[in-house]
Amino acid sequence: MSTSLQTTTAASAQSLPSVQEALRLLYLMQLIRTFEEQVRTLYSGGMIAGLVHLCAGQEAVAVGVCSLLGADDMIASNHRGHGHCLAKGADVARLMAEVLGRRTGYGLGRGGTLHIFDAANGNLGTTGIVGGGIPLAAGAALSAKRRGRRQVAVSFFGDGALNQGLLFEVLNMAAIWRLPVLFVCENNGFGEFTAIEDVTAGADPIARGLTFGIASEIVDGMDVLAVRAAAQRALARARDGGGPTFLVCNTYRFGGHHVGDKQDYKDDNDAKAWRLKDPIERFSRWLQDSGMATASAIAALKNDIDEQLRAAIDRAKAAPFAAADDLGIHLHA
Amino acid sequence: MPSPRTATYRAAVLEALFSEMHLDDSVILMGEDIGAAGGVFKQTEGLFAQFGGERVIDTPISEAGAFGIAVGAAMTGQRPVFEVMFGDFITLIMDQLVNQAAKINYMSAGQFNVPLVLRTAVGIGGNLGPQHSQSLHAWPVHIPGLKVVMPSTPADAKGLMAAAIRDDGPVVFFEDRMLYNLRDEVPDGDYVVPIGRAEIKRAGHDVTIIATGRMVHIALAAAELLAKEQISAEVIDPRSLVPLDVDSLVASVKKTSRAVVVDGGYRQYGVTGEIASTITEHVFDWLDAPVLRVGAADVPIPFSKSLEPLVLPDARRLAGDAAALVRGLR
Repeated sequence: MSTSLQTTTAASAQSLPSVQEALRLLYLMQLIRTFEEQVRTLYSGGMIAGLVHLCAGQEAVAVGVCSLLGADDMIASNHRGHGHCLAKGADVARLMAEVLGRRTGYGLGRGGTLHIFDAANGNLGTTGIVGGGIPLAAGAALSAKRRGRRQVAVSFFGDGALNQGLLFEVLNMAAIWRLPVLFVCENNGFGEFTAIEDVTAGADPIARGLTFGIASEIVDGMDVLAVRAAAQRALARARDGGGPTFLVCNTYRFGGHHVGDKQDYKDDNDAKAWRLKDPIERFSRWLQDSGMATASAIAALKNDIDEQLRAAIDRAKAAPFAAADDLGIHLHA
Repeated sequence: MPSPRTATYRAAVLEALFSEMHLDDSVILMGEDIGAAGGVFKQTEGLFAQFGGERVIDTPISEAGAFGIAVGAAMTGQRPVFEVMFGDFITLIMDQLVNQAAKINYMSAGQFNVPLVLRTAVGIGGNLGPQHSQSLHAWPVHIPGLKVVMPSTPADAKGLMAAAIRDDGPVVFFEDRMLYNLRDEVPDGDYVVPIGRAEIKRAGHDVTIIATGRMVHIALAAAELLAKEQISAEVIDPRSLVPLDVDSLVASVKKTSRAVVVDGGYRQYGVTGEIASTITEHVFDWLDAPVLRVGAADVPIPFSKSLEPLVLPDARRLAGDAAALVRGLR
């Protein structure tokens, strides 16, 4: 491992959030968790067609990064993207409608979970191609650099994308052009059903960034404050013309690759150990220990989110599917 | 009346690039060796000096990643003209073209546009061999969401490039590199040829020859040969493959009752087959003969000086095929 490598923990965080910001972090993580739990239930009940990939366990990465972004900063997500969308400001009901394939969704229900775009909130989309969003984020960074307005772009991808050639090409160009872009690798240990170590050469994924001379960090991806602190450093670098950053956020997918995956390939003890690091429970404890929130306030926040989701699901379920007339529209701009 | 101004095909495309870059600051160019080097075919000469490295961007030899970056830039306010040096290399960017650029407007329900031009040089000649000679325009024409144009003259090259840059969606622009030195009349100043309109290059009444790109010139030469045999050929250039000006093609074939479709791409599962079947569906009752397809031989394009000229039909061969069709010999 390189000597230039930095690791971050909550204790070393540069600037801690205010009470209001901290509660926002918890709110967003819990919103994502509840959203994913509801999607799992709806999928199991036959309400969602196709395949759906959930991010429960990984909430701290999306929230730690996106909570620092403005609406004109861009993100490009991947196939496990509900968390990125919500953290970047997506409307819960409209997102749920898209996942349920309803006409009131972000893409009229024609994209579904793998193709969610939210232009108003700077979301270049989830994608069904592993690594497919990486160059889109870099392209948005190129635009931002041309405009000179200190905007940044963030690419979220999993460890599976570490072995896509596209990543290497884009890292190289981001480095030579000093693009204001964050490459955020959510290393959950598995590319689909295969353990990262079985298919990935090198000591640590961070080498992928370092080899291009890109500032790179390994981050505890189960600690929202650690992610936030690393993202603060990266965003400052990007906004000040210092170019890209590569973050490897070590995290864990509590569920399978998709809902219905039996997860035979997972080690039970490993899974239990990761469950103990649950980013939401961990941050809730921190909030209480630091006097920022009481247990009852946290419970109330969770109840509010449950209510919000119930309403979103009711609205989405009541919405129509796309009409036959919607088949051919938006084919050309 | 001022005498008509002429320019080469290469210079005509350049005129459109200069003009559009002057008009619209969001137009940027990306590609390999297009900057100070001016492009391997001198097709971007002078642009770097005029607009600088911020707008005329030399990319590494990383077609997929660089094209993906162009797509992201197009989604966020730029109008990139992305150059793939040889048409053979579009294979390297197919994922970003097919799975991203072509579908983003649809998937996002119009929230994002991808106003991007993919320009690439195709064509056979100069013994560049199997990986630098193909005309793979049959690949993108298969993908809904892309427009595909193929100018055959300097004027169309200028006007279609301007139209492609102004289009709010992705347009694939195929230039035959064997046409780069072709000189012909080119309108001065702002000149736009709308995408999706065919042009009759020569009027006739015995047979319609529908020809694309460089094959338009082979078809016009063939029409001359046919005239000597008292066969009157109409030559029509679709100019845009997607959208295809079906009405103009159909009107011509209704008049002549016979059609030959000639294209520089491979014949198997190719552009000629699509156009031939489209015509047949529309004018079956008017046809006096089956619609004939003429394309490149279905082989890797050989390096060999003896074999390379055999891949595409020349005017004599095309005229022979058309004459046989007219005389009922096919």
